[in-house]
This record gives sequence, structure tokens and C-alpha cells, in this order.
Amino acid sequence: MKTVLHIIQDKLGIHARPAGQIVKLASQYSSDIKFTTASKTVDARRIMALMGLGVHQGDQLKVTFEGTDEAAAAAAFSAYLKESL
Amino acid sequence: MITGKGLPVFSGIAEGKIFYLRKHAFKTEQNLSLPDMESEKARFSAARKAADEQLSALFEKVRSEVGEQEAMIIDVQRMMLDDPDFNDAVISRLEAGSSAEQAVDRAGQQFAEFFGNMEDAYMQARSADILDAANRLLHILNGGTAADFQLTEPCIVAADDITPSETVQLDKSRVLGIVTRLGSSHSHAAILARTLGIPTLVQAKLPDGQPLDGRMMIVDGCDGQFYIDPDEQTFDRMRQKKLDAAGRRYGLEELRGMESVTADGKKIELYANIGSVDDVQIALANDAEGIGLFRSEFLFLGRTACPSEEEQFAAYREVLEAMGGRRVIIRTMDIGADKKADYLGFAPEENPALGFRGVRVSLDYTGLFKTQLRAICRAAAFGTAAVMFPMIISVDEVRRCREMLRQVLHELAEQGVLAGNVEVGIMIETPAAVMLSEELAYEVDFFSVGTNDLTQYTLAADRQNPKVEKLYDAAHPAVLKMLSLVAQSARGAGIWAGICGELAADTRFTETLLRMGYTELSVSPAYLLELRKTVRESTMDLISKGGETE
Repeated sequence: MKTVLHIIQDKLGIHARPAGQIVKLASQYSSDIKFTTASKTVDARRIMALMGLGVHQGDQLKVTFEGTDEAAAAAAFSAYLKESL
Repeated sequence: MITGKGLPVFSGIAEGKIFYLRKHAFKTEQNLSLPDMESEKARFSAARKAADEQLSALFEKVRSEVGEQEAMIIDVQRMMLDDPDFNDAVISRLEAGSSAEQAVDRAGQQFAEFFGNMEDAYMQARSADILDAANRLLHILNGGTAADFQLTEPCIVAADDITPSETVQLDKSRVLGIVTRLGSSHSHAAILARTLGIPTLVQAKLPDGQPLDGRMMIVDGCDGQFYIDPDEQTFDRMRQKKLDAAGRRYGLEELRGMESVTADGKKIELYANIGSVDDVQIALANDAEGIGLFRSEFLFLGRTACPSEEEQFAAYREVLEAMGGRRVIIRTMDIGADKKADYLGFAPEENPALGFRGVRVSLDYTGLFKTQLRAICRAAAFGTAAVMFPMIISVDEVRRCREMLRQVLHELAEQGVLAGNVEVGIMIETPAAVMLSEELAYEVDFFSVGTNDLTQYTLAADRQNPKVEKLYDAAHPAVLKMLSLVAQSARGAGIWAGICGELAADTRFTETLLRMGYTELSVSPAYLLELRKTVRESTMDLISKGGETE
């Protein structure tokens, strides 16, 4: 299993646009990808659950990857989160 | 003539014919005969496929005709219909014996409620997206396609609400104004209105039970009024109002990009007061030469815990970067018993104006204060930052603040964290600070006078109290004498002084303030161009104006 930690920089947190981008990115990998906050864990392929996390700027996010392409997925998400969220 | 009110989200005046966006009512009630589960599942799956095709086509159309940003709205809806949670919610209802219409309708409502119950306004407004997507499915199940509409002439669009997919399909060149019964300042219609810059009202009390299509309407986005079938008098009045506004704006537009110098050549800094990161765009749009008062309270209020250093850093940095090297003066938090920061657990106070607030809180809650100063110093590496402390009454307070700042800079350097130097100033808003201004001037780089509090403390008149409100006068001779004394103290020590209270925007006093020696005025962004005009007409020299006296 791989883990990526990230602190949300975006003012609106995971709003519609990044949620859509996350779902798209997650769909490119076969690994199980989960987003965890202080109170919830959700599947990265479920757009409404992602938006429903209600994360805000400054919140910490843990993303876990489990599967055959977990290393590639973790690298892709790490780059995406740094760049866009 | 019918008149009514709404909540304005964009100002200005529009007149035109109403185009009323009609919604179809769907049949979702249960039939008497029990639906066949398998065939309902097949209908749902076919409808989903059709919706997916429609949304993909619409996505391409919007992307090429409108833009990437707007197209994303459509793409998100497509993913919402694709969402396994949404599909599970529909399927489980189908398995419990619902018709496809009923299952989609209820599942849509369920997720709309889920967003509606979320904390922030942005997420609450996302209810509209899932409802819009579910409605598309309902249209298809009802054997039709989602409403297609064409604006054939410029008009004012009226509706209960405008869905996101309708918003992106509107021919923007033909929308003069928007009036909706529902909606909020976060709804798609409001966002569109701000982008297009068209007069718009939400939560408007449009009349029920009568056709509105094709009737004449005037929307006044300045005061939130609308008029249907306006009479001649109203037409004339609103046209005049529109002309006045345009004329004033036009005259001021010429001043954009010009220097703020007096007629006799003295350069004055005209800065903007802002209360959030978003405001910086409004400040720039009004040609602000800097930020004279960045109220940092917004970071601390309306939440359940203190903002982290990272969150504060990101906010300050964003403003500093947006201002591109122009000075940004960040006022450290001025929170107290009357401002909601429940997590700090302040006890209610009899008299919060004279209570535990401003630097009094900062110097007591040093952890909080240090975090804020760290964030400011780190952000300072990305622009020209200044910090100022509110509610100062003594030299000792200033020294303690500066000592804290010195420690923070030292720690950041030791930890090898990127930080920048900041100018240090204080708010002059207590009579004590005025009386000590001569001594205080040697402790800091600048003064900024907060005339609102200074006036209420000097005149012992609470502006919130209607019985003494009339005594509150920022141009009272006692206040003006204080302002003169502060400017004199600043000059004596060789530091600059500015004003960030409401008096700074009152153009009747601009020349007086400049002659006292103030070189910076910070006002709400909307007043900037008007103030620049006044500055350019002012003179520092008494004689050139024919021996006027102060």
C-alpha cells in the first residue's frame, strides 16, 4: 500500500472541478484509491462522496493506494494534488 | 405596473422584454399497477445511456462555444449520473418496487439534500447540479428531451431558477438581465451574472399565476427593485438613473492608470481596504495602488477552530502576489467578544468596544499571535508586506509586539524557512495613542488612523446606538484636531501616516487631510477613482487657492 499526505491549499477545498479531475485520474488506474480526512474515508471514483467530504483549505488529506499499479497511481496523485489542490 | 424586490447580485440597470424559462412538471407519482422491476431497470439504464450521450454532446458544444470552465459544469453532471452511490440509490428503489421516474426523482432529491445540508454555501449550491442531472433523466423517461431554448432577441431572463445546464446554453450576447425566484449568490446564474456583468436579482418575489413572457421589465440591480410593465414615469426615472451612473463611471474611467498627485505635484498613495482574499480582485479592478487595510479577521470568524499557519500563509501570499509588489498592510486579528470566534471561548462582555479585543487578545494568546506573525513573515517573501497592530494604547504594547515579531523572524531564519521583512505600523484609534503619538512615532515605520473607532472613543458616542448616533461625527473639530496632532507627530519622527477609516473616503475633507500631512488614504475599492479625482484637484499650498484657511 502507498500513502500520500496533502494539505489542501485550494480555497474551496474539493469543489466540483477538482472532484471531477480526481475521478478521472482515479479511473486511469486499477488500484483501490481512497481519500481520508479526520472524520471520513471515501472511494476516489465517487464524485459526490468526494465533494461530500467537505474539506476546507488547510485540512489534511490522506490518500491511500492499493493494487498492482499503486506506485504509479501514488506518483500521479502526488503530482496532481501539489499542482492543483 | 407591478413592482417587487429581490436580492441583487450584480448592480446596474437593464430594461427589456421578459423571456420566461418554463419548467415541465413530471409525472412521478406511483401508478396503481405495480411496475415491473426488470423493465423499469431497463428503462433506467436506457435513460442513463441517453443522458450520457446528451451530456457528452452538450459538453463538446459548450467547450467550443463558451469555454472550458463552463463545460466542466456539464462534465461534473455526467460524472454525477455515473456515480456508483447515485446508481445504488436508484437501483435499490427500483428493487423496492418504484417506477424509474420515482426512483430517479427520489434519489436526486436525496443527494440534493445531502449537499443542501453541507456546511458551506458553495457546496449547498451544488444541489442544483444533481437536481439538474436527475431532471435530464426524468425528461428522457418522459419521452422528451431536456428543454431546448433559443433567445431570438435581447431579453431579461426570468425563471424559478436557472439550472447549470441552462445557464451554459444561454446565448450570452442576448441576456440583458436575470431575475430568479430562487437561487443564491453562489448559484450558477449569479456566477454567470458577475462574469457577464449584467444586472441580476435572485430570490425575487416575481408575481405568481400570470404569464410573464414578452412583458416589459426593468431590473434595478443597484437597489434590488424590479418593475413589470413600468409606467412612463418609472421608465424616465430609471433611464435617468442609468445615464447618471454611466456618466459618473465614464468620467471616472479616464482616471484609471493616472497617478494620484495633487494639482501642485504631491504624490499620494490611494489604497484599498479589503476583508477577504477575493476582495483583492475588486481592489485591482478599481486601480488600487496598494492594500491599506487587510482585515485578517475573516480567517478567524465563522468557523470551529483557529486557522492553521499554512492556511493563513496561503491567504496572505495570494493577496501579496496578486498585488504584484505593491504594498499590502495586514492588520493582525481584531477579534473580541462581539465578533464570533466561539472556539476561543471569550465570555460575553458588557461593553465589547472597551473590552478584550485587538492587540489585547494577541498579547494574551501568544500562540495564536505567533502563528499569525509567522504566516505574515513567510508570505512577505512574495511581495511588499507590512503588518499593523490594532487598539494600541501604550509604547509598551508596541514594544511587546515588535519583540514577538523579532522572535518569529529569528526562529524562521534558524529553521531555514523562507521569510521576508515587513514594515511595522500601528493603528491609531484610541485617544491614548493620539496623545502618545509623538513617542509612538519613534517605535514604528508608519501610522494608520482608524477614524471610525477614534471618533466613537473621542466623542464617547456609540454609532450603533440610535439615540446618540447623531453625535457621531468623524469631522467633529475634536477629531480633526486629533488627526492634525497625529500627522504632526509622524512628521516629527520622519515616518509616514495614512488614514483607513471612513473619513478617508469623504471627499469633502480630502484636501484638509492632505494638508495635515497624510500621504496615504485607504478606502473601500468603489471610492478609489472618485478619490483620485479629488486628490488631483487638491492643492497642498494654501496660497494658490486664494488664501483659504484651515
